[in-house]
Amino acid sequence: MNGPTLFGLCGAALVGLGLYGLLCQPGALRKILSFNLIGSGVFLLFGVIAKRGGGALSAAGLGVDGDPVPQALIITGLVVAFAATSIAVALLLRLAETSGRSTLESDGPRAPSPPGDQASAPERAS
Amino acid sequence: MTRYPVMTSALVVDAALVLLVLGLALWVTSTRAAYSAVVGFVAYGLLMAIVWVRLAAVDVAMTEAALGTGLTGLLLLGAAARLAPYEAAEVNGRPGRWLRLLIGLLCAAIALGLAAVVLMLPDPAPTLAPLVAENLPPTGVGNPVTGVLLAHRAIDTLLESVVLVPALIGVWSVAADPAWGGRPGSLPRPRSSSALTLLAQVLPPFGILIGIHLVWNGADDPGGKFQGATVLAAMWILVLIAGLREPPAVRDRRLRVLLVIGALVFIGIGVAGIWLADAFLAYPEGYAKPLILAIEAVLTLSIAATLGLLLAGPPASDHPSGGLYESKKSG
Repeated sequence: MNGPTLFGLCGAALVGLGLYGLLCQPGALRKILSFNLIGSGVFLLFGVIAKRGGGALSAAGLGVDGDPVPQALIITGLVVAFAATSIAVALLLRLAETSGRSTLESDGPRAPSPPGDQASAPERAS
Repeated sequence: MTRYPVMTSALVVDAALVLLVLGLALWVTSTRAAYSAVVGFVAYGLLMAIVWVRLAAVDVAMTEAALGTGLTGLLLLGAAARLAPYEAAEVNGRPGRWLRLLIGLLCAAIALGLAAVVLMLPDPAPTLAPLVAENLPPTGVGNPVTGVLLAHRAIDTLLESVVLVPALIGVWSVAADPAWGGRPGSLPRPRSSSALTLLAQVLPPFGILIGIHLVWNGADDPGGKFQGATVLAAMWILVLIAGLREPPAVRDRRLRVLLVIGALVFIGIGVAGIWLADAFLAYPEGYAKPLILAIEAVLTLSIAATLGLLLAGPPASDHPSGGLYESKKSG
């Protein structure tokens, strides 16, 4: 077990945690946060691959010990993730302003199990 | 572990970092109040920046600290404060205990699968680093990450600087009809205090200097246009929050030119490369460095303006009376 492997396992755990939060947290802001955690975990996995692929650059005297191609793509990904998060937040604030709620339920405000399109609702109650 | 006795102290630090990161991630997903979850997310991001340094990715660490933590944190803190009144009703939508258990098991399975992949990565790791080391000198750039972003994988960077513009259009498009074309109104506006005003007057000159330094030094050392642009955007946001300047109305034509000029210059130089260097986005021999610097300079301005406006949110008031905003607040 070395450092990069440890961070790789951390990235895997982050994806799992983020996915759990995305599915289980009803509040849309919490879903956005969880989604960012998933993204962060994926970036970390990618960064571990970059670190493992390093070595040739430091041998050539060109900076630090990591593959610059995945690193550049992670930077690109971070910027795009911020842009996506800002769109999601803008949509959510507008949703709260117009409908008075901050969740993604499909029908009527504050109806935990709306009749009709949720066939699995009785199963869940049992 | 006994095979690397020298590594163990570093490994202890790494293990502590991982535990802190995972603990904060758990806090973010499970704590009750959204506001404290966002605060946890900011702390999480700063720790992630240290993780990036441990992974020898200093450029990524800077971007994570400035953009992934600073600007995202500000955006989410503002949203959490504005959504606080609706939060109590969210508990009803929580899935039942057994469903949560099932979801938890499935998510753990996915995490374990990814962990298995991490443990089974091929041992002589596939890498493009030797290729980059070989092809970096012709570009005249010393920082390999900048070289990849602007020379070897310029198409990704171009698409990304273009994608910021539709993102901003998306944010603007959720504005209420009467507010269209007005000034963005999502930034928090604390009551003016002398400390905030002083900070907003004293910090920006230094911040602008640091931003330009990051862009200029990004050619040879860690740093670059994204990090520099983020610092510039943060300075602008600070001035806006302190109320020293109003955010510009989104119908302002000069503002719109500023937003797209970076991508246009990038595309223009890229298209010129078809004739001058026989490929789209290729640079003619000997001119790579000046062209890269020119692209970085205009892109920095465009990215900084776009990031700032993404934070400022959709237009909310028609300038200059502000009457609409007032009536909406009271209604």
